[in-house]
Amino acid sequence: MKNVVYALIVIMAIIHQDFWWWDNKTLVFGFMPLGLFYHALFSCMAAGVWALAIKWAWPSDIEEWAESADEQGGEQ
Amino acid sequence: MIHAPSLIALGQAAEPATRTPLYIIIVYMLALFALGWVSSRMFRGSSKDFFVASQSIGPFMLLMSVFGTTMTAFALVGSTGKAFSLGIGTYGLMASSSGLIHTACFFLVGIRMWSFGKKYGYVTQIQFFRDRFESKALGYLMFPILVGLIIPYLLVGLMGAGNYIFGVTRGMFPGTFAAGAVPAWLSGLVICCVVLFYVFFGGVRSAVWANTFQTIVFMVMGLVGFLVIADTLGGLSEASAKALEHSPEKLQREGLMTVPHFISYMLVPLSVGMFPHLFQHWLTARSAKSFRLTVIAHPICIMIVWVPCILIGIWAAGLYAAGDLTVPPLPNGNANPNAVLSAMVKKFMDSPILIGLFSAGVLAAIMSSLDSQFVCIGSMFTNDFVVPLKGKVSDSQKVWLGRGFIVFIVLITYVISLFETKSVFNLGVWCFSGFAALFPIAFASVYWKRVTTAGVFASVIATVITWAMFIYDALGRENGEQWFGVKEHGEYLIAGVMPVTFIFLASVVALIGVSLVTKAPKQSTIDRFFPTNKA
Repeated sequence: MKNVVYALIVIMAIIHQDFWWWDNKTLVFGFMPLGLFYHALFSCMAAGVWALAIKWAWPSDIEEWAESADEQGGEQ
Repeated sequence: MIHAPSLIALGQAAEPATRTPLYIIIVYMLALFALGWVSSRMFRGSSKDFFVASQSIGPFMLLMSVFGTTMTAFALVGSTGKAFSLGIGTYGLMASSSGLIHTACFFLVGIRMWSFGKKYGYVTQIQFFRDRFESKALGYLMFPILVGLIIPYLLVGLMGAGNYIFGVTRGMFPGTFAAGAVPAWLSGLVICCVVLFYVFFGGVRSAVWANTFQTIVFMVMGLVGFLVIADTLGGLSEASAKALEHSPEKLQREGLMTVPHFISYMLVPLSVGMFPHLFQHWLTARSAKSFRLTVIAHPICIMIVWVPCILIGIWAAGLYAAGDLTVPPLPNGNANPNAVLSAMVKKFMDSPILIGLFSAGVLAAIMSSLDSQFVCIGSMFTNDFVVPLKGKVSDSQKVWLGRGFIVFIVLITYVISLFETKSVFNLGVWCFSGFAALFPIAFASVYWKRVTTAGVFASVIATVITWAMFIYDALGRENGEQWFGVKEHGEYLIAGVMPVTFIFLASVVALIGVSLVTKAPKQSTIDRFFPTNKA
């Protein structure tokens, strides 16, 4: 499922470039320009994709390693 | 000077105005003093508490502090002004792309950086890089570069605040100040003092508390202000219809930006992966799970703040074109984009109490970034410059060194802000471009075992040279005389794309190219930083 999440992120990066209604001035709900509405929707979809990333691609291995006994051996 | 001198030159007298909004702003500042005092009582006295709040911050405060830190004058004053001149495309340029890219940085890089900070006890980004690339010299090279890139970011905040307060207080002090408005030097001074007060005593813990409070204030007040302005304009539909009638080009992107320009902007939000102040916020997290709420909610929070600002910006463009709105001009006669938000608030908010509350919200957004940047600069000076140079430094000395450098940098930034007149949005973008071009180093440090110290040096140097060259070409030379790019719609573009494209490319080529031809890092270093995937 991890790969699905990464594929979704790539798809999101592609559909962000919505050149197909570059010159569209339609007002959605009577006040929201279409280009702005689409990108507001994009923000919501991004939140959804990241929720899936947490579910399917969470870095549990690194989390467990970090939360095991502290080493504190870095140069300071 | 940043306080709209063109107004004075034109001799525009402002009508006398009530000082109620200013009193509300003063009460808000006093509330921050009180909050700073309370949170500083929780300061545990150690340098770890001063610099990373003893890694005790939970999910909600992490979200509020990370989001509040990334939203500054750039997000409110800058985005409204940019939408005024560049239309709705402004949201796609920075906001929706940030929802994807910022969060990618938190998820893919932030959690890993946090884990190394937790395991090895880092409190600054440079400490991590020094260890990861086994080079003290790298720390000395990066310290002035990162501080140098943060200063324009601090300037963005002070300039945005100065412009906004000047606009909103016009007519309050006739005969005392020019145009009867609180000058930018005074508002900048007050803001610096308030933020200094709470970060000086409580460090990053106070910054996190203040950020949480301020982020809630600016999100709520931003929405309230937006609805009040819309209502005064006759409703959402009426306001947008006016923009469609008088400034239709602002409701689309055709003619205002090109597809390559738009795509190249996607590199700019990568800057958050290299912001040293954000790195420090990541390190304050109690656990990796604390990141989860931030990862999901960050794009939504951006939308809640930016959509109203963009709509206000395009409504302002329509009203301005129809002659229903006056925006203070720049010396060149064009409307000052930094003054658009204050002009809209002043004209379309009837209640002085609401104006005061909304203005407190704008200042909250600005100060919630300044505090983190101040603490971060103090942390870097202490841990990345003095400690490696002097060796043994006591814990309390570290705290005092951090505090001293914070005061020093704030003074320098404040003085520069008095003479700076650039657009808040554009100055922000230059600063972000520098950080974005350094992001490949952060990414490679946690995902590419073969990256070498020499490769990182080459990448940093390539970034500095290209960034300095382009910024000089864009800001230091007369229009039409640039060597590399041209200015279109207020943007400096090279071959039709943002300069960050070439700076980023130079950084990546140098990083990969030099890493591949130099000796691979020691196996022990690789094992240390790839603990779950040992070769």
